[in-house]
Amino acid sequence: MSGATVYGLCSAALVGLGLFGLIVHPEPLRKILAFNLIGGGVFLLFGVVARKGAAAGFGGDPVPQALVITGLVVAFAATALAVGLLIRLSQEADVQPRSRMDSQP
Amino acid sequence: MALDVGLVLFVLGVAVWTVAARDAFSAVIGFVVYGLLLALVWMRLAAPDVALTEAAIGSGLTGGLLLGTSTRLRGTETPATGKKSVTGLRLAAALLCSLASIGLAMIVLLLPEPAPTLAPQAAANMAATGLGNPVTAVLMAYRAIDTLFETVVLLLALLGVWSLTPDRFWGGLPGRGRNADPEGVLTFAVQLLVPVGILIGVHIFWVGSVAPGGEFQGATILAAMWILAAMAGLVDAPRVSRRGLRLMLVAGPAVFFAIGLAGFAMAGAFLAYPEAHAKLLILTIEVPVTLSIAVTLALLVAGPPERTPQQ
Repeated sequence: MSGATVYGLCSAALVGLGLFGLIVHPEPLRKILAFNLIGGGVFLLFGVVARKGAAAGFGGDPVPQALVITGLVVAFAATALAVGLLIRLSQEADVQPRSRMDSQP
Repeated sequence: MALDVGLVLFVLGVAVWTVAARDAFSAVIGFVVYGLLLALVWMRLAAPDVALTEAAIGSGLTGGLLLGTSTRLRGTETPATGKKSVTGLRLAAALLCSLASIGLAMIVLLLPEPAPTLAPQAAANMAATGLGNPVTAVLMAYRAIDTLFETVVLLLALLGVWSLTPDRFWGGLPGRGRNADPEGVLTFAVQLLVPVGILIGVHIFWVGSVAPGGEFQGATILAAMWILAAMAGLVDAPRVSRRGLRLMLVAGPAVFFAIGLAGFAMAGAFLAYPEAHAKLLILTIEVPVTLSIAVTLALLVAGPPERTPQQ
């Protein structure tokens, strides 16, 4: 078994672990974390495919590597948006009970 | 091989910690370590460009963002309810997730060896781009359209974050603002670190054409330096309604689009570069794109405005 295959099996385990966290954690922040864990596993799987495509003097196929870089940046943007939604939600939850009391004295 | 197995065990251990940790703060710490270990894995997979991106964005920026969030949300997390049903659900979830993992592992073991690859084509056409780093050649020449739309996606994400602003703060300043402590250790460390960090960020951007690095990695380091300075209270976030700020945000995608359209006249296709000027055009795109990405990433971490424009 080559080193790349070991990392391939690792990526498979990471996707499963992240999926588990996504399902069992009720807190949204833990779900975002678990989702990023899955992302790491998926990117790693793609990196293993790139490594197995080593040719022409390169250590890996540069096309999937470049796509992973794009993916990492987009994953960050999505995480930032999710966090923004989460914080806004918690602010609304803080405000909501008080305004309900105001409307029904 | 022993190194690879050891590294995999570390990665899996930290991943288990991230899922199993009791509170969100410890889980995020686990995630930051997970990102750094993955960067080492990327080095072992002969992908130094990805390793830099993983360490800077996957671990650093995402970790910083989630750490801040977990401290803000501390105490508001919903406690787990109904212990019995939770155990049943956990077992079912564990079973299904193991099945998913086993399926993926089978695919990994059945991968063709050697895998189909585009590396020879990438190598054959690299001279035409004037670049020495194949990954940068993919990002800026062969698949430039992906990179163009990625810069647009970043802008859209920022628009999404800004659209969460409460009405009274619209056009105001992101974050809560901090006062600098002139005697503080953080202030001192930031004053030492930020100038060096800016230099490293520009360097990593610049060497990206011939060596590992590039605009995303460089821009992330530049954004991180601004975030550090903002954490220490040495700089404050700008009003999001400022025209100069908005120009900086759109400069990168706008120049990218313009040169892409000029490709019709110069080389007969969208985003095609004439061979004689390929490197110059790529650099002309990369400089404003790096600036725009750095500003966008920093503002994504800063979040929606939370202070009125007058403050």
